[in-house]
Amino acid sequence: MKDLRAEFPILATLSRGKPLVYLDSAATAQKPQVVIDAISDFYSHGNANIHRGVYQLSERATLAWDAAREQVARFIGAPDVNEVVFVRGTTEAMNLVAHSFLPRAARPASRAPVVLVTEMEHHANIVPWQLAGATTIAIPVTDAGELDLDAAERMLAEGPSLLAVVHVSNTLGTINPIAQLCRMAHAHGVPVVVDGAQAAPHIPVNIAELGCDFYAFSSHKTFGPTGIGALWAKREHLEAMTPYQGGGDMIDLVTFERTTFAEVPRRFEAGTPHIAGAVGFGVALKWIMALDRPAVEAHEMQLMRTASEQLSAVPGLRLVGTAAQKAAVVAFTLDGAHPHDVASMLDGEGVCVRAGHHCTQPLHKRLGLSASVRASFAPFNNHGDVEALVKGMHKVRKVFA
Amino acid sequence: MSATDDMYQSVIIDHDRSPRNFRHIDAPSHHAEGHNPLCGDNVQVELLVDVDGKIRDIAFQGSGCAISRASASMMTATLKGKTTAEAQELFDGFHALLTGKQVDTLPLGKLVVFKGVGEFPMRVKCATLAWHAMREALGR
Ligand SMILES: Cc1ncc(COP(=O)(O)O)c(C=O)c1O
Repeated sequence: MKDLRAEFPILATLSRGKPLVYLDSAATAQKPQVVIDAISDFYSHGNANIHRGVYQLSERATLAWDAAREQVARFIGAPDVNEVVFVRGTTEAMNLVAHSFLPRAARPASRAPVVLVTEMEHHANIVPWQLAGATTIAIPVTDAGELDLDAAERMLAEGPSLLAVVHVSNTLGTINPIAQLCRMAHAHGVPVVVDGAQAAPHIPVNIAELGCDFYAFSSHKTFGPTGIGALWAKREHLEAMTPYQGGGDMIDLVTFERTTFAEVPRRFEAGTPHIAGAVGFGVALKWIMALDRPAVEAHEMQLMRTASEQLSAVPGLRLVGTAAQKAAVVAFTLDGAHPHDVASMLDGEGVCVRAGHHCTQPLHKRLGLSASVRASFAPFNNHGDVEALVKGMHKVRKVFA
Repeated sequence: MSATDDMYQSVIIDHDRSPRNFRHIDAPSHHAEGHNPLCGDNVQVELLVDVDGKIRDIAFQGSGCAISRASASMMTATLKGKTTAEAQELFDGFHALLTGKQVDTLPLGKLVVFKGVGEFPMRVKCATLAWHAMREALGR
């Protein structure tokens, strides 16, 4: 596989005086030069508000915004570009669905909605439903970190309003069988919302093959800028949903008596959006699509396997999440050492990992943990990075064992 | 020695492994809890203060990272026998040590091992958690 390190300027910087070993791509991905340049270029040569000016610069900005939406649609195999709504990220996408779709999905409409989630959900796929007045019930996770599909079937049969499930777990790395879950849910008439925040950077996503109703992901985890992301939804759902926020850009005609709304998806995009962000997002997705994806996947899998094997050899270290189908995320605990101390000591070696509950408190509770350490891989990581991590862990163990 | 090695000096590791005064006090005169959502640290500090303002006993319970446990442990060891006014002064001194400020207080003694934590702003809260709980307890 082509070495991608040179494309990421941040990898040439030092962390605590040591070469940067970035193993926290699941929190946010680093940005390749093409993305940084695209954002800089937009502000240098293309900046104007969209949909508002008749002059050439505004026209160009509007075209760039539309092109970014088309790029998102291509990335997830969506045939209709107008099924893509720009949002701030996965979190906002979930809040949008909770606000605008959930009330319609309650069955019967008089009952408070019930949202079926899983024990491995990120807080972004739990709290929005609760805020919208729903009861959340969770499909159990096995000790290895896989969904209990028999339980899922039983719980779906009870007729929840919605199934909200993560495609790839940010803590366990588990790749969930979304296509199968969608078939199961649809057999009971239950629509499916998929949290694709961690899947989008790692595995090819095709919404037609998945068969879901909604798919959300964030630009910053797919090598693009923060503050922008996408919600894909079936057109029939978007057409039936109430607007999320009111303001400019989302309207058709406004009077003090009555307002009519713009067509989808603009109806859900009130106010001046993160235009430069969308431009960078589009370029980032194009960058991913231009990679030799099978080779990248194989490379990441190899890094994950090597890391898992070598970390397991550290006395007292336990891996968290050993599903058969996994993306390149390795979470673990070390006996006698608190995850934050582990992360701080690794930090001293220039190694960036995440420590804590990774916004999955219910999952940690289920696994009997208060926190864990997580290393996550990107295409630019190499065996030297794994070596630094493993060496660092041996040092941590010596201090704490 | 790296900055992290400096943060995890052997005194700190020792107090993490065998914390002093890690227990309950039967009838505390003062108590408070502290919580740090970053690390999930939580600490309960209990004190028994005399009528003349002397800290006769001080103990802590809870769970957390090495920095917060060691800090709580060393705080209890330092404050036992001191007056509440001295405890407040040491709080100020400890806080200043971690934030790189200069203040004139009672000598911090062994507590200076926490100076290295000041290099890691994200971890300063871990080291000051028990101290804040102690101060809150005395404020009640
Ligand atoms: C699985 C998962 N879902 C949702 C989110 C939330 O994404 P964002 O913070 O970009 O809205 C994250 C990222 O933290 C995540 O890992």
